[in-house]
Amino acid sequence: MTAWTVLLVAVGAVVGAPLRYVADTAAKKRFASAFPWGTFAVNVAGSLVLGAVTAGAGVFGHAVQALVGTGFCGALTTYSTFGYEIVSLTERGDRRTAVIYLLVSVVLGVLAAAAGFALVRAAL
Amino acid sequence: MSVRVIVAVAVGGVLGAEARYLLGIAFATPPGTWPWTTFWINVTGCLLIGVLYTVLTELTTPHPLLRPLLGVGVLGGYTTFSTFSVETVGLVDAGRPGLALAYALVTPVVAVLACAVGVGVTRRVGATA
Repeated sequence: MTAWTVLLVAVGAVVGAPLRYVADTAAKKRFASAFPWGTFAVNVAGSLVLGAVTAGAGVFGHAVQALVGTGFCGALTTYSTFGYEIVSLTERGDRRTAVIYLLVSVVLGVLAAAAGFALVRAAL
Repeated sequence: MSVRVIVAVAVGGVLGAEARYLLGIAFATPPGTWPWTTFWINVTGCLLIGVLYTVLTELTTPHPLLRPLLGVGVLGGYTTFSTFSVETVGLVDAGRPGLALAYALVTPVVAVLACAVGVGVTRRVGATA
């Protein structure tokens, strides 16, 4: 750990966290649905990018890993909001959406990460 | 969408991300093994957001910037879905598909249960207070 790495993580997070908030706000305005489209979109997109960054770690270097991986992707994506949305949907009696949201997020998140891995491995 | 809210989310996000980064260094997990550090980060983050949002929405009339700062920012930046996804792929890549499947299934179930416990316990404590 160096002060430089801590700074890179902060710079990535200062972009990632507000982008998640903006995506969530925009999705709520656009889709009048119970499905949390905003969180879903950032979690899948962040998984794709982090997959790519992780696969190329040896080439991109430590700085990119800290800035884009730990900082940006880590702050862009969220597990706490994801968990709370599932609890909220269940409490409102929408168990079906809760289960679909959980399964689709995990399956597509992992597939997106695998796609990120595969794309960068094929390119390098 | 106000500038103040965006700044609160950004500040909280940095604090949460740094906490996650430091925990990842302090408790590094070897490749091909269960990613305990991310697992506990995500589970504790879910427990805490259950407590926090119940306090903010049901038990108090909070300052409007508290939810963006602590919930969207700190806990959002602290927990991570992308690392969870990439670690699952990493376990498959390390020749541990069974462990990958277990990690991908156990994490969301335990995280959601932790969040529900956070909500339930806070409500109960709030009702007796």
